[in-house]
Amino acid sequence: MTFFEQFPIVIQALNEGFLQTLKLFAVTLIGALPLGLLISLCSISSFKPLRWLTRTVIWMVRGTPLMLQLMVIYFFPGLILNNPIWGSDETGRFWASAVAFIFNYACYFSEIYRGGIEGVPRGQQEAGEVLGMTRSQIFFKVTLLQMIKRVVPPMSNEIITLVKDTSLARIISLQEIIWAGSSFMKGSYGISGQIWPLFFTGLYYLAFSGLLTLLLNRIEKKLSYFHA
Amino acid sequence: MSFLEVCDIEKHFGATQVLKNISFSLEQGSALAIIGSSGSGKTTLLRCLNFLETPDQGRIILNGEVLFDAADPAVRKKKEIRKKRLHFGLVFQSFNLFPQYTALKNVTLAKELLARERPDYKANRKEIHKEIEEQARALLCRMGLEDRMMNYPQQLSGGQQQRVSIARALAIEPDILCFDEPTSALDPELTGEVLKVIRELKNTDSTLIVVTHEMQFARDVSDQVLFMADGVIEEMGTPEQVFGHPKSPKTQAFLQKSTEDLHG
Ligand SMILES: Nc1ncnc2c1ncn2[C@@H]1O[C@H](COP(=O)(O)OP(=O)(O)OP(=O)(O)O)[C@@H](O)[C@H]1O
Ligand SMILES: [Mg+2]
Repeated sequence: MTFFEQFPIVIQALNEGFLQTLKLFAVTLIGALPLGLLISLCSISSFKPLRWLTRTVIWMVRGTPLMLQLMVIYFFPGLILNNPIWGSDETGRFWASAVAFIFNYACYFSEIYRGGIEGVPRGQQEAGEVLGMTRSQIFFKVTLLQMIKRVVPPMSNEIITLVKDTSLARIISLQEIIWAGSSFMKGSYGISGQIWPLFFTGLYYLAFSGLLTLLLNRIEKKLSYFHA
Repeated sequence: MSFLEVCDIEKHFGATQVLKNISFSLEQGSALAIIGSSGSGKTTLLRCLNFLETPDQGRIILNGEVLFDAADPAVRKKKEIRKKRLHFGLVFQSFNLFPQYTALKNVTLAKELLARERPDYKANRKEIHKEIEEQARALLCRMGLEDRMMNYPQQLSGGQQQRVSIARALAIEPDILCFDEPTSALDPELTGEVLKVIRELKNTDSTLIVVTHEMQFARDVSDQVLFMADGVIEEMGTPEQVFGHPKSPKTQAFLQKSTEDLHG
């Protein structure tokens, strides 16, 4: 097969893989953004046992490799508990990956949120209190947007990292784009011994993270109408 | 019985006692100026009145209603406190405006949230919001900010921000409005506009408690002056008594020093 015959076949396979990458990326964000907020609220709770439990969990999740967490979440139920809840197909691998990624990223996000919440001056909350607002009104109407403004830059970093981290799911054979690219080395769709498809995946990552950077910059700009 | 009765307030932070035996009363429509050197407990006293700090001892009685009694745990409940603190307004030294809202929204926000608790809120939502906005516009006009309503805090000068925060405090119609050094974060040329607004409030019979380092202002605007030193009320009386004929040596020294500071 000539390169020009290989090219459309490879692109087709990479597109499919990239779709899986995007799905994992999106599901992780949708799950981890709110879960991270919940975890951060627990980690600053005035109820000490909850606070310490949360901080211990955060420490464990941030202190071990995501790759290891992926394997534990995927293999533990089947191999140790004899209860393979994920099944052995692509859907099962996807949801196992999603759970690992959501939990891992939620813990990182929670620390960013915590910094954001603690960074809002105490006077803001007191101003709300003096005006008779409830705790939740103060959180949602006063603190939250200021916190969001503060967390957008560090969050952008994590989100860009997430794009690339999705490739770790290959360790449990999720068929994301790196998996798709490297399949042409062993052989797939009648093409074998080719490494360029793997290298070519870099362009997908670059294009997507470029797009995200533009989007995140726009959000940052949108929030620049006030100082926090 | 006076409008406001503060009886025997005490407050500790850890082992240090910051307020000792604070008792005073205030008539409706009158203005109380609180003066005293740095660290004497003025801010802490205002924060106690606004339920930002909980006194260890004492009672606060407004218009016959016991707002706070350290001996009665029932009055310490969060829900109770939220309603009770609406009797007091507080203007902060550093304004603490909400940066993400316009001047107008800063003034309407709390009132809008409170209105949600009204039984007729669902039915009359539109009218209620319109009414709140009109009231806020009128307040901002009174503060001389008619052309600044749609500006965000960062677009306003310090003096303008402080006037917005006064309007915000007035919006919930407190019985007593407290000011914690409202001009000390301002450039000297901007203090006048804020002091003028407070003077006008005084003329409309609002009840005011003003912590201030502006001795001339304290003397002009107040009906009663309270001098604090090391957490106790060292001297209390009419401006004439406290500024004209201070009895306590501490008061004399403080006034002496602040006149010297003023004249360089
Ligand atoms: N949250 C706190 N924790 C511990 N100590 C505090 C706290 N708040 C105030 N203090 C202490 O209480 C004392 C009185 O403080 P306060 O702020 O009431 O003084 P002030 O009269 O308002 O002074 P200034 O004129 O500088 O504003 C000070 O010694 C201060 O260090
Ligand atoms: Mg003070």
